[in-house]
Amino acid sequence: MTPAGEEWADLSFDDRMRTVEFRVGARAHIVVDSDVCRSCTTRECVTACPANLFAPTSDGGILFNYEQCFECGTCYMVCNSAGAIEWTYPDGGYGVVFRRG
Amino acid sequence: MTNAQSPEACDVVVVGAGPAGSAAALALARRGHSVVMVERGPFAGSKNVYGGVVYARVLDDVIPNWWEQVPVQRWVVRRSTMVMTGSQAVSVDVRTQAWGQPPYNGMTVYRADFDAWLAEHAVAAGAKLLTSTLATGLLWDRSGRVTGVRTDRPGGDLPAKVVIACDGVNSFLAKEVGLLPRADAAHHTLGVKEVLALPADVIEERFGLMPDEGLDVEVIGCTREIPGGGFLYTNRDTVSIGVVVSLTALSRSGMRPEELIAGFKSHPAVAPWLRGAVLKEYSAHLIPEGGYDAMPDLATDGFLVAGDAAGMTLAAGVWLEGVNFAMGAGLAAGRTAADALAAGDVSAAGLSGYRKSLESNFVLQDHKRFREAPKLVLSDRMQRQYNHLICDVAEQMFTVTNPAPKPGLLKLLARSARRNRVHFRDLIRDGIETIRVFR
Repeated sequence: MTPAGEEWADLSFDDRMRTVEFRVGARAHIVVDSDVCRSCTTRECVTACPANLFAPTSDGGILFNYEQCFECGTCYMVCNSAGAIEWTYPDGGYGVVFRRG
Repeated sequence: MTNAQSPEACDVVVVGAGPAGSAAALALARRGHSVVMVERGPFAGSKNVYGGVVYARVLDDVIPNWWEQVPVQRWVVRRSTMVMTGSQAVSVDVRTQAWGQPPYNGMTVYRADFDAWLAEHAVAAGAKLLTSTLATGLLWDRSGRVTGVRTDRPGGDLPAKVVIACDGVNSFLAKEVGLLPRADAAHHTLGVKEVLALPADVIEERFGLMPDEGLDVEVIGCTREIPGGGFLYTNRDTVSIGVVVSLTALSRSGMRPEELIAGFKSHPAVAPWLRGAVLKEYSAHLIPEGGYDAMPDLATDGFLVAGDAAGMTLAAGVWLEGVNFAMGAGLAAGRTAADALAAGDVSAAGLSGYRKSLESNFVLQDHKRFREAPKLVLSDRMQRQYNHLICDVAEQMFTVTNPAPKPGLLKLLARSARRNRVHFRDLIRDGIETIRVFR
């Protein structure tokens, strides 16, 4: 496969996410136990989350946000330590709204 | 024990107003039962993403002439299967005008439109639809029987004689009952999709289509050696393109999902199709691809599970279908629940007709027949070597090397196999295996 072409390089990740409607609820539907994450060397969630919600911090923890979540479930499925990511659905009516899914 | 069965208890609560849930609710409402559909999104379809084509033949008995009113984008008259490497592509392109006229075959849709349309049919038949309502858990009686759902509405308990869980790939209800494991990365893939705007006439010119006609392309070899595949399909004035990849392999690859789409889009066989297209929506969804052997039990006391919640997406190589399986299972679940309510037995035994019904139609017969396909299709040689082999042989076949004479096909195959480190014994073994799995 050739590397990502020039034509698409101008689309930043933020621009990509701006095409998606999110109705952000007050309750965080993802909770990460950063203490567990400190002992994780593989960081699958950082690679796989399609919304790129997980970022490693300098002290070895994980910074996350829940606002722009596709609610796909990838993060908790790939997480190798049960209990590090507590994942539920956002409250009814909140979260992602796909118009052309 | 029946304190959960308050006077206002309905016969059935269906969780999720996707294709499985709406089909179940429609079947039940038609039989005169009180049904409440609980949908966590603001409208049916708002949480849903698919990857290509909806085949709605299963609706023929339920919504006669559904094609005259369904919110279709395009009727698929061209179905291509493409095998690619970084710089090559080989396609098998099937076109038939039969698919472009009643009763049609497959269509492209936006799920926000299609799912909402099917839910409206359930409502028109008498089902009640509660949107923006999350089912937070199940109600149980002391004997361990499911007696309804809890929701996040004020006073949100919904007692019911039967609960049908159509709550999607992450089904927390099936997990609560113990039918699904908490997490199961090995049996799931991640699909990411871009919807790109192009004028309808440009789409028709680029893809060789007449108005209302559509194309669906399924691709192997476009995921940078991560097991999976790609797809592209036409809507009226957008093109949807995406990749579907193994969760476990993706998370170990260090590659980001959007990079995989970008790579696919920039492939020389794909990029000219998309020139000038503007991103309208990015989306992602998990897909249960474990097939027959990864499916959970489908019924317990007072509880049925259907659609993605039961892992019913068929990912059998060239056949990639899910919405039709969800609708087929939903209809069967609704009819079984109606029978069980009429017989006054909603125990697991009373609901056992559900599985029998699915075994007698395409839902479990197709899954059972192709139960070994997911593993074969995602195997290393299929994913990393045979795409190169096929493209090399095809390229050499049509490369004219005059004055040297044409080599025979067998010689081409041997040369390409050698170059791609494919052993003949593996090729023969995989060929036999493919015939066995798809027989």
